[in-house]
Amino acid sequence: MGLHQRAMENLRFIRETMERTGSFTAVPGWGGVLVGLSALAAAVAASYRATPGGWLAIWFAEGMLAMAIAALAMKHKAEKAGETLLSAPARKFALSFAPPLLAGALLTFILVEAGQPAIIPGMWLLLYGTGIVTGGAFSVDIVPVMGLCFMALGALALFCPPAWGNAFLATGFGGLHVAFGILIARRHGG
Amino acid sequence: MAKQSALRKTDAAAVPEKVAAPERPQAAAAAHVVEDLDKLIHERMRLGIVSALAASPSVTFTELKSLLRTTDGNLSVHARKLEEAGYIECTKGFEGRMPRTEYRISERGLHALEKYLDHMEALIHAMRER
Repeated sequence: MGLHQRAMENLRFIRETMERTGSFTAVPGWGGVLVGLSALAAAVAASYRATPGGWLAIWFAEGMLAMAIAALAMKHKAEKAGETLLSAPARKFALSFAPPLLAGALLTFILVEAGQPAIIPGMWLLLYGTGIVTGGAFSVDIVPVMGLCFMALGALALFCPPAWGNAFLATGFGGLHVAFGILIARRHGG
Repeated sequence: MAKQSALRKTDAAAVPEKVAAPERPQAAAAAHVVEDLDKLIHERMRLGIVSALAASPSVTFTELKSLLRTTDGNLSVHARKLEEAGYIECTKGFEGRMPRTEYRISERGLHALEKYLDHMEALIHAMRER
């Protein structure tokens, strides 16, 4: 390798290290805990709904609320660290996180139309996990690991009785968020 | 100064290929640039530490360890060298009962990283202009 390639390689290394630092300091630990707690509340509320429509409405509202909490928590953490949310790592995360979620939204609509709501919880967990794995691929290792846990739980849910769906959602969106949120907050500050 | 030259000696062993003279005369400009390269942050792990700290106001020891995918021992050796050179500052405290070591980059460290970036750019230019 020539000097010139080495110099390029060094610059790339500096850039990637800086981006990785930025991308992982933006992951909100306590925000994750809050999202998890709201999901647990949603799971309890949803378990009292007899119809698939009512159940879906609760979880849909929870999804919106969770995204709002996450966005605020990321913004707060990024500002504390003196970065803007639109920095390169945050943009990369959003770009790789959004497509699986959009696919999930479309499939939800299709499955409801087809009268197959039982598949929804597993599909949600699986696709949400996919988004976290791809979005967090360049963050600290704990982020893609959390994504893999969601994916595994989703896969398991797909092979279990439909009646367990709500419990799976509570374990995933509630339990995993709270557990990893605490881990991230304690190990990586906030 | 004595400390600096001692560091240079150990670092030269770690990166011998960098100091090798270029075979072609056209690369003379580049060779000149290489000569006063800051060896202290040229080493990969230390360059990583300085880059990470330049991207965030403060980073903890554990964070750095996972960011740079290294071990406790390796990280603390290199962080200490940077600290001795005044490139980074270290504060030790507690969070609950857990010890928490936090690093920040100093003015001097930031300046060193900028100079290093300039060096790399100059190297690339020198090679392009041929």
